[in-house]
Amino acid sequence: MWLTSKIKQVLMVIKPGVVTLNYPFEKRPVPENFRGAPYWDHEKCIGCGGCANHCPARTILVRDICQEIRVMVYDGSRCTYCGRCADVCPENAITMTDRYELATDDRQDLNESMELFMLTCQRCGRCYDMENVNMIDRMDLQGYRYDNIEARAFIRKTTDRFDPEMLKKTAEYKRPSKIGE
Amino acid sequence: MFENLSKKLFGKSLWLYHCNTGACNGCDIEILNVLTPYYDVERFGMKLVASPRHADVMLLSGAVTRPTLPLVKKAYDALPNPKLVFGVGSCATGGGCWFDSYNVTGGAAGVVPVNYFIPGCPPRPEAIIYAVALALGLVDKQVAPVELKQMEFPIDVYERNKAWEERNTIYQLIQD
Repeated sequence: MWLTSKIKQVLMVIKPGVVTLNYPFEKRPVPENFRGAPYWDHEKCIGCGGCANHCPARTILVRDICQEIRVMVYDGSRCTYCGRCADVCPENAITMTDRYELATDDRQDLNESMELFMLTCQRCGRCYDMENVNMIDRMDLQGYRYDNIEARAFIRKTTDRFDPEMLKKTAEYKRPSKIGE
Repeated sequence: MFENLSKKLFGKSLWLYHCNTGACNGCDIEILNVLTPYYDVERFGMKLVASPRHADVMLLSGAVTRPTLPLVKKAYDALPNPKLVFGVGSCATGGGCWFDSYNVTGGAAGVVPVNYFIPGCPPRPEAIIYAVALALGLVDKQVAPVELKQMEFPIDVYERNKAWEERNTIYQLIQD
């Protein structure tokens, strides 16, 4: 009979009770080893750019605006939260927090920018090669880097001496919309 | 009277149309996870509908690839006004790992106006509900742009020079 089956259903449902999490008003602790938004400690950061070299989504951009000051920008809108930057950081300046409530109506809210003081090495300008593990990386990336921060573009051109012309050229960088442009 | 009553009762019940624009199915599974009894999003009066013509909200997941671009535009135009667009996942917010690839338009924001961004790869079901609650005005935004600056030099130069001298005394001894 349909009525007995319905009563049976109701009894079955009573046993576990209400399982729904009343989410925005009551929160559940995140699981262990959960990787949420990364957190930068600008006091510990030495500006080696290892996180920028290893980021699979190229979210971290490095721009040397003059010889002593380096600007690093983290664009959280395309971050995949893989935690590679925190793994690779030699000073443990990056930690993965458990924040995941990152929904916004504006993409600029996810950005984080850092301004760092840099020393000039007396031999080679900049010598932070401990993060460039293979030989191709080491040849490819040298001390000074000129990523475009406004266009969020990762430019693979580096110099061993500070080059103001390159800085000017990369400031007007645009993503090519057609082939050969 | 019936109209007023229905407006009061169903004013905030959004119907969702789920649009996959070349996602890896991670975000799509999380969207389905939101409808399970544990994270019951139907308590906000929400419901997945099959046609964009029935929907108020479009859930975009995936970086908009070149073959899906005209279809996404068509689906967006088919939504009746007023409409909202949610970008679910890192690919829809900023393009993910493929933001500058030749086959990708670099995020949903370049194609259709996106109202709410939900970063995460994939976002937790709670994060999706959080965005929904944000759209309904139940919670406040928790993120803001951060600007950090080093105010003083991180490494003491004098200490470093001293250490350098101490380390190099061995060479001076050899010379002597």
